Amino acid sequence: MTFEELTTHIENLLGAEAILRIDEQCTPGAIELAPTDLLKHMEVLHADEQLYFDQLSCITGLDNGPEANSMEIIYQLYSIPFNHHLTIKVKLDREAPVVSSLSSVWKTADWHEREAYDLLGIHFEGHPDLRRILLPADWEGHPLRKDYKHQEYYRGVKVAY
Amino acid sequence: MGLLDQKLAQGGIVISKLEDLINWARLSSMWPMGFGTACCAIEFMSAQATPYDLDRFGIVPRASPRQSDVMIVAGTVTFKMADRVRRLYEQMAEPRYVISMGSCSNVGGPYWEHGYHVVKGVDRIIPVDIYVPGCPPRPEALIGGLIKLQEKIRGESIVAPRALEKMLEDEA
Repeated sequence: MTFEELTTHIENLLGAEAILRIDEQCTPGAIELAPTDLLKHMEVLHADEQLYFDQLSCITGLDNGPEANSMEIIYQLYSIPFNHHLTIKVKLDREAPVVSSLSSVWKTADWHEREAYDLLGIHFEGHPDLRRILLPADWEGHPLRKDYKHQEYYRGVKVAY
Repeated sequence: MGLLDQKLAQGGIVISKLEDLINWARLSSMWPMGFGTACCAIEFMSAQATPYDLDRFGIVPRASPRQSDVMIVAGTVTFKMADRVRRLYEQMAEPRYVISMGSCSNVGGPYWEHGYHVVKGVDRIIPVDIYVPGCPPRPEALIGGLIKLQEKIRGESIVAPRALEKMLEDEA
């Protein structure tokens, strides 16, 4: 399937109002979805016989900074039998970044979502075990946020150079 | 060693100071702990392997801190790792020595400014005897550091052990 065929097929499945934006400049081509009903929509993309996105290759969290006041979460989907790729982007409110967890659809989402939570503080509703994955459990703040300030001392050790 | 052979040949008696004998024994068998935290560990490994052959200095990596004399901090120390490094150091028996290998464990290296997760120098968590510069240091540089440590051990005294000296200094 080409990207155009993919988008028209997805439009037919989810309805035109579900798709907020289509970005062909992305590699692979991207579709922006709303955070509401994301889990339902992703289940469709996973289960549909013509799409069959059986692999979630990566989840990327993105902070656009306090000026833009938004965060993004980007999913890279891949279908092993049909060999087609798709990027799904979801824009979130920076003040309360919440999105539903996809770990019930793709097991691999579990740790990827924990990483996005750890570094950006994005909350995933319905995640089975949402805690830090890279940083120590008692770390303060989320370091990949644009306005992040590291603590002065961590367990009695000075952090700054 | 040529000198010792000669002396042994002359009746089998060697006269030396006990201090020199102990220091000689210690500096001839500096067993490092076989652990590394980043890419410096690769250079550490190659220093142990055939081309550089650390074994000729009596340096054999040990898998336990209880059997180790030297801790070579080979690589970036993150805050998450810092507690483990300190615990391993505490498990080592006296006399114990620390070589900080590479820019990361010396001062934080490339993470000095934006590395929120990196300890800016392992000397913030444990005392360091020798700093080996480089990113990563070549095996020659590490061997240079080990020879410096041998020099340091050679100058030690059992009458006033280093740790005791330091404790007295701290209390003063």
